[in-house]
Amino acid sequence: MANAFKDTVIRAWKSDFMWSFRRTPVAIASFVVALLLIMGAVLAPLIAPHNPFDPATLNLMNGFSAPMEPNQFTGETFWLGTDDQGRDVFSTILFGMRISLFVGFAAVAFAMTLGVTLGLIAGYVGGWVGALIMRIADVQLTFPGILVAMLIFGIAKGFTPIDQRDEMAIWVLIIAIGLSEWVQFARVVRGATMVEKNKEYVQAARLNGRRSAGIMLRHILPNVLGPVLVIATISLALAIIAEATLSFLGVGAPPTQPSLGTLIRIGQGFLFSGEWWIILFPSITLLALALSVNLLGDWLRDVLNPRLR
Amino acid sequence: MLAFAIRRAFQSFIVLLVVGLVAFSMFNFVGDPIDNMLGQERTDADIERLRTQLGLDQPFPVQYYRFLEGAVQGNFGISYRQGRPVSEVISERLPATLELAFVSAVLAIIFGVALGVFTAIRRNGWAANTIMTLSLIGVSLPTFLIGILLIYLFAVELGWLPSFGRGDVVDLGWWRTGLLTQSGLKALILPAITLGLYQMTLIMRLVRSEMLEVLRQDYIRFARARGLKDKSVYFRHALKNTLVPVITVTGMQLGAIIAFAIITETVFQWPGVGLLFINAIRFVDIPVMAAYLMLISVMFVSINLIVDLLYFAIDPRLRIEKSGSGK
Amino acid sequence: MKMKSILLAAAVLASTTALVSAQTLNWARAGDALTLDPHAQNEGPTTALAHQIMEPLIIRDMTGAPVPALATEWGPSESDPNVWWFKLREGVKFHDGAEFDSEDVVFSFNRAMSDDSDYKELLASVTEVRADGKYGFEIVTDGPNPIMPSNLTNLFIMDKDWAEANNAVKVQDYEGGEDTFASRNANGTGPYVLVSRETDAKTVLTINEDYWGMDEFPMQIKEIIYTPIQNQATRVAALLSGEVDFIQDVPVQDLARVNDTDGLKVITAPQNRVIFFGMNQGDADLTTDNVEGANPLADLRVRQAINMAINREAIKQVVMRGQSIPAGVAMPPFVNGWTPELDVVPANDIDAANALMADAGYGDGFSIRLNCPNDRYINDEAICQAAVGMLAQIGITVQLDALPKAQHFPLINNLETDFYMLGWGVPTYDSEYIFNFLVHTKGEKYGSWNGTRFSDPDLDVTIEALASETDLDKRNQMIADIWAVVQAEQIYIPIHHQVLNWGMSDKVGTVVAPDDTPKFKYFELGM
Repeated sequence: MANAFKDTVIRAWKSDFMWSFRRTPVAIASFVVALLLIMGAVLAPLIAPHNPFDPATLNLMNGFSAPMEPNQFTGETFWLGTDDQGRDVFSTILFGMRISLFVGFAAVAFAMTLGVTLGLIAGYVGGWVGALIMRIADVQLTFPGILVAMLIFGIAKGFTPIDQRDEMAIWVLIIAIGLSEWVQFARVVRGATMVEKNKEYVQAARLNGRRSAGIMLRHILPNVLGPVLVIATISLALAIIAEATLSFLGVGAPPTQPSLGTLIRIGQGFLFSGEWWIILFPSITLLALALSVNLLGDWLRDVLNPRLR
Repeated sequence: MLAFAIRRAFQSFIVLLVVGLVAFSMFNFVGDPIDNMLGQERTDADIERLRTQLGLDQPFPVQYYRFLEGAVQGNFGISYRQGRPVSEVISERLPATLELAFVSAVLAIIFGVALGVFTAIRRNGWAANTIMTLSLIGVSLPTFLIGILLIYLFAVELGWLPSFGRGDVVDLGWWRTGLLTQSGLKALILPAITLGLYQMTLIMRLVRSEMLEVLRQDYIRFARARGLKDKSVYFRHALKNTLVPVITVTGMQLGAIIAFAIITETVFQWPGVGLLFINAIRFVDIPVMAAYLMLISVMFVSINLIVDLLYFAIDPRLRIEKSGSGK
Repeated sequence: MKMKSILLAAAVLASTTALVSAQTLNWARAGDALTLDPHAQNEGPTTALAHQIMEPLIIRDMTGAPVPALATEWGPSESDPNVWWFKLREGVKFHDGAEFDSEDVVFSFNRAMSDDSDYKELLASVTEVRADGKYGFEIVTDGPNPIMPSNLTNLFIMDKDWAEANNAVKVQDYEGGEDTFASRNANGTGPYVLVSRETDAKTVLTINEDYWGMDEFPMQIKEIIYTPIQNQATRVAALLSGEVDFIQDVPVQDLARVNDTDGLKVITAPQNRVIFFGMNQGDADLTTDNVEGANPLADLRVRQAINMAINREAIKQVVMRGQSIPAGVAMPPFVNGWTPELDVVPANDIDAANALMADAGYGDGFSIRLNCPNDRYINDEAICQAAVGMLAQIGITVQLDALPKAQHFPLINNLETDFYMLGWGVPTYDSEYIFNFLVHTKGEKYGSWNGTRFSDPDLDVTIEALASETDLDKRNQMIADIWAVVQAEQIYIPIHHQVLNWGMSDKVGTVVAPDDTPKFKYFELGM
């Protein structure tokens, strides 16, 4: 009975979903763009002409090559030009996106796990535990993620030996960004849990002395899947931007392993001197990535939450 | 109402205590304060003397209490980087940030509400659609890119506006303002736009969706049916009813503006607390970081408290909802 | 309505050009002075700011020639070869109105020779300083010191009473993070008076109307606003848009653009500064490498391999865009002791370098941390990054740690780095200055900037003897001998000599000072 119900819901949801997707060119376009970028990042070691993270393969003389023009010293040609260290911009963008996306996905996964767990506990247990969790969430909400990230970074920097800072940076970014995003998940899950908790079947299960948590979980998750997906998508865009921003500020990925934000920071130095490609292409990539994910999130919200349209 | 206010104030107080604990831990466990304060040629006697002087020989709660005591009096010790009392450094930089945040917030609210109403009323017009799409691009563009773009356009290519700094400031004794000089106002334009843009899009989208929601309500339909003019419907009835959530979100965003000022200040070399903070992170200047953290949380918590109380005062319905939600 | 008026206001503001007083000079460079205490840090931007406010006995003019400042005449004593005499300028007043006399000079010299001073190396041979009447002053050295006057051109004179009244007799312990009255305030005799200062943000100076040289120098700038702008792009944008009139460090990539902009110009000259890497070759084991129980940098072959792996020509062409002179010796060409033979650029030979690495037992390479400043020298961080790639080719994996100079320099001073970048300017134009700071064993009076742990007691004796060697031919031979050791031991890895690019508004008239220290009293300021 419960399973059949679930199946129908999912099928209906899916078909509606697909129908809307097919009818929304923006959604299709952003999905394609996002997919292409993600594929590019995942397959970077296969498709990138160079590995910009391996300093031994760099030739400084290739530095500042303009896109599609042979370098004045080495005669090599690069699609999107090279940066100040002779790194191929195209390869660096692909590899940089790996960092951006890895940090983004990992941070969202972390935030989602944390948020869903705490939301379930807050909703199910309620009482002072729930109140405490939601108070923490409120407080967390008032502190912007970027600030939390910087603080964690600053503290971690004080703790970590200098030779481990490079490896540390990525994980600090993930934890910091994840910590600033979990609240939304927790709120949605808590709300759904509280609705579900008072339903008769849960009460009945409880009276029968059965563990209701498992049952609830099975009923709550489908209900919150939609909103959680929306939040996850928007969080992903936020996380990508946060990573770029922190790297731009110099508190993120190390300069020898540039992410998109680091590349833009480097490129900013050549904004006036005519080497526009160093800043332009990473900026466009970052914008395309964040925008396509945001548009997808926007569209998801409209589909799953028609009230807002 | 009173009970609610007291409870919220108490909760805020607890939050501040916890933040204070974080700040205090940073002070004492990130790096050795003695190492940081004494030079190479220190003697054991020096160390012992400083330990006693700093109260590091006291038990943990006593130390924490002392730290809070100092913090309440605005005493956060000496900046490792600048070698001056942190309170002095921060109060020197704070006006710059507050002015920037204030102007950005005003810009964000004015343009955000105006554009939000516009896009709600003309919800399917080409202009509204363009604005909505642009706003998504705005949200997807990191603040620092917007800043760089504006500098490139208005400072370098067109040469209209300054690209960095605060311009001339007028010293009012306890407050150095850039709002009274021409160069100060010019210097404010680009950073304020950069900082306010994100908040503006947020407010705009919020106002729009709230307006749409309200416009669907029955009483608006009745008002229309009664033959009220569109203008009166939109502004007297619809907009008014959207203001409560807008106020809340704006209040919350005020805190965000101060935090995002860090990025804007870095791009524009704006001499505020944000730039100070980012330099403190680079230098691992713990006292400045701790003080900034405390300052920001006091601001956030009080803004939050005020917003909550306002919220409560404005909209009596919420009283029931809130108590009904089992909080 | 509101929207309209705001837009209108913005447009009005944008259309009117800023009315900046014609006599104000907006001066910017990457970093701020580290302190105002004149004896705490011997560092370019710090002395550059101090030079506007305070004065030494002898100053170098904008061409680098020593000219009188607070001393009007000087010379070696005829009766005692170990004594230099100075005749002090009369009628000079400090900014607070106090009179300048020999008491202040004696005080300042003693202060500069104290423990926390960063100038003690310059005065290492001094045994006594004494007043000779109100306007006479004598320096006694432990032997004849022929080049003493050139050691004094950055040695600022403070007011004794002011220092005593403000608890600033002791030099600020900069590395120890100390804060004193003198590190935040200044009372000098110089052409400009400190009005206000916010570290890292803004320093305002105004003309000293009572300056003794009002009629002697152009003194056309009435007010100086000094703003450190770390971000290269912002700095250039500020110059292009006319917000600043003078920047000392135009990024090399923006030279053409600045030159092509109406109303702006760039003037270029080789700087009296060499950029190099230092290596810890003294310790038995390093903390920042991955080799257990041994110090790879202690092996001469490794140091030579590093020397060969650095492609100086590529750094010049790409990182510096032609704006550098590749170096073979850690000594600027201006300096006595420099020869073209010493400065021959080492060949970039990866195969030979790899062979040396294999010989030394590091055929599989090793990893080490490189400490680098990121706001001190021209493209410092980019040079280090380039070096990371070059060293990777001989198997050395480098973790780059680029920090602001205020954090980087203490690492060298406190011996907390094993591999670092440093640049050295030579205000005395003599090799002895380099040896005293960079080659002599690190100790009380000498070697304070020698972070290499290199120590050769015999060499130390020769270095100390330079100060009192009056036979110039013999002295030059000693200098050549010391350089031979420095080169053979590969104590440093020279990179290049910097080229200065000062960018400024057309209305500013000056030449480029080889020590990168503008002295604004010499500046012309047209309309």
